Amino acid sequence: MSHGPSASGGALARAPHAHDDTPHEPVFVGDRAKDLDAILLKYPTKMAALLPALWIVQEARGWVSEGGMAEVARVLDLTPAYVKGVVSFYTMYHQHPVGKYFVQVCTTTPCNVCGAEDVVNAFLQHTRCGELGATSADGRFTVIEVECLGACGFATPVMINSDFLESVTPDTVPDILAELT
Amino acid sequence: MGYPHQSHPREAVVLSKYFGDAEARTLAGWKARGGYQALEQALGMAPADIVTIVKDSGLRGRGGAGFPTGIKWSFMKPGDGKPHYLCCNADESEPGTFKDREIMRWTPHALVEGCAIGAYAIGAETAYIYIRGEFTEPLEWMNKAVKEAYAAGILGPNAMGTGKRVDVHVHKGAGAYICGEETALMNSLEGRRGNPRIKPPFPAVAGLFGKPTTINNVETLVAAAQIVKQGAAWYKQWGRADNPKSTGTKLFSVCGNIARPGNYEVPMGFPFKDFLWELCGGPLPGRTIKAVIPGGSSVPIITAEEAEGALMDYEGFVAAGTMLGSGGVIVFDDAQNMVKQIARLARFYAHESCAQCSQCREGTAWTTRILERIRDGQGTMEDLDTLLSIGESMTGKTICVLSDSCAVPVSSGIAKFRHEFEALIPKSRHRVAVSAGAA
Repeated sequence: MSHGPSASGGALARAPHAHDDTPHEPVFVGDRAKDLDAILLKYPTKMAALLPALWIVQEARGWVSEGGMAEVARVLDLTPAYVKGVVSFYTMYHQHPVGKYFVQVCTTTPCNVCGAEDVVNAFLQHTRCGELGATSADGRFTVIEVECLGACGFATPVMINSDFLESVTPDTVPDILAELT
Repeated sequence: MGYPHQSHPREAVVLSKYFGDAEARTLAGWKARGGYQALEQALGMAPADIVTIVKDSGLRGRGGAGFPTGIKWSFMKPGDGKPHYLCCNADESEPGTFKDREIMRWTPHALVEGCAIGAYAIGAETAYIYIRGEFTEPLEWMNKAVKEAYAAGILGPNAMGTGKRVDVHVHKGAGAYICGEETALMNSLEGRRGNPRIKPPFPAVAGLFGKPTTINNVETLVAAAQIVKQGAAWYKQWGRADNPKSTGTKLFSVCGNIARPGNYEVPMGFPFKDFLWELCGGPLPGRTIKAVIPGGSSVPIITAEEAEGALMDYEGFVAAGTMLGSGGVIVFDDAQNMVKQIARLARFYAHESCAQCSQCREGTAWTTRILERIRDGQGTMEDLDTLLSIGESMTGKTICVLSDSCAVPVSSGIAKFRHEFEALIPKSRHRVAVSAGAA
């Protein structure tokens, strides 16, 4: 059960985390605009669609830039400063570009007592990220520690982009990384 | 089923019956297992009668606070002309707890059904399931289940052909432990920073979007659906005869240094010793259990000896000096250094503080700094007194209980494992007792 039954196979390859330097194209056009319209129907206020709208931006662009925040502000009738205030509250929105594979290793107490720090170190070593939060020179990896992923009985859980891996040990790290393109 | 283990004969498998049964995830599979009969039954009843059944069952909130569910539901006043909301708290983030995740992964329709029944019972037209952003797989299953339920006419303007409107929507969080606090969750759902709100007003008066709202944990709503279907007396068959305050079954998540981690569903009042040794297999080979946190990281740490004497219900854990909390059991064996682990817990709270209240913002960070310095051999005996004093100042003084929760493992840890703290403090930094008579 090295990857655990919850790893939805194939999703890694579809990870939308790659980023480049092309100018910012609007996010809320075409299907994404339609998605937002459908989301707005679920709530009595436009503001309630803020977290979902930010998710759409991050899924499209890999992170939430100032431009992305401004666009969300525009479509939801909010101010950019307000949107930034909300973005900065939540840990999952990237305010800077991250590696193609964003690796989050849980090291909170329940996983810590099962050796999670060794798992983090294995990821740091094998991805050559050097330190937590840094992106590897080839742009492929960013590794961070994350607080309780809520899968404590499957220590150590690791998220790679939206994939959720269970029961990761230092020994299984090389195999996990080898599967990433 | 009891994924990932076969359920133990001494478990009382109600909510976890279909854990590991992939077919139960689909609408067809759920219906084949008796799913949505409870909702059909509920929609044919007067909402007040549903509230009465849940009240009579003795069901209490399974998220941590243990507030009687039926009483909470009775605070809602349907028909006052305002919109009403039900929030389902699926922001499971309390270290040690992973039961709601399994409910959503294996029986997503059970939660849709529970939400629909809860919403109808309290006169809410809309229920929101707030799922933490990291739960990507449970989120996928919940989205799929909701979609299936709408397509089949179970949800929507004519729920199950009754002409009654029940909407259930899934909302994805974005990474913040504090959003599991009920009013922070509502702020987050409204598109705000997840800062807890000052109470009163309580959610039943002014909750989500300022409207009357009830908020329930995932496990609570799933249990309520079973109670509606099978009755209050059926639910009360579980529990200690001498303790009517804790009824039914409870899911406990077990993790840390234990032979068989996972979710176990036992009757309220189950002996904790049998639970740890017989069901969970006891410590890892060659190890002994040193300490246990039985209800998620926010409840007091107890020693193995205290754990062995505890009974697993709200009152039983209080009698043992701790709390049932969310049912997240964290086991520490003799290979663990308690100072290191308590420091790690403090760091968790410091990271998750929303920083609204100064006692919490400063206290969680200060506590962490002191604990890490003791862990690293740089502490003094005075530091222990300082920790306890900070803890006191962090308790009962803030908008929500995150601050209190940080103080709990520290004060209980020092009380129970003081020798481990002292062992890390260099002898040169021990306070020297000078007797008055010494020349």
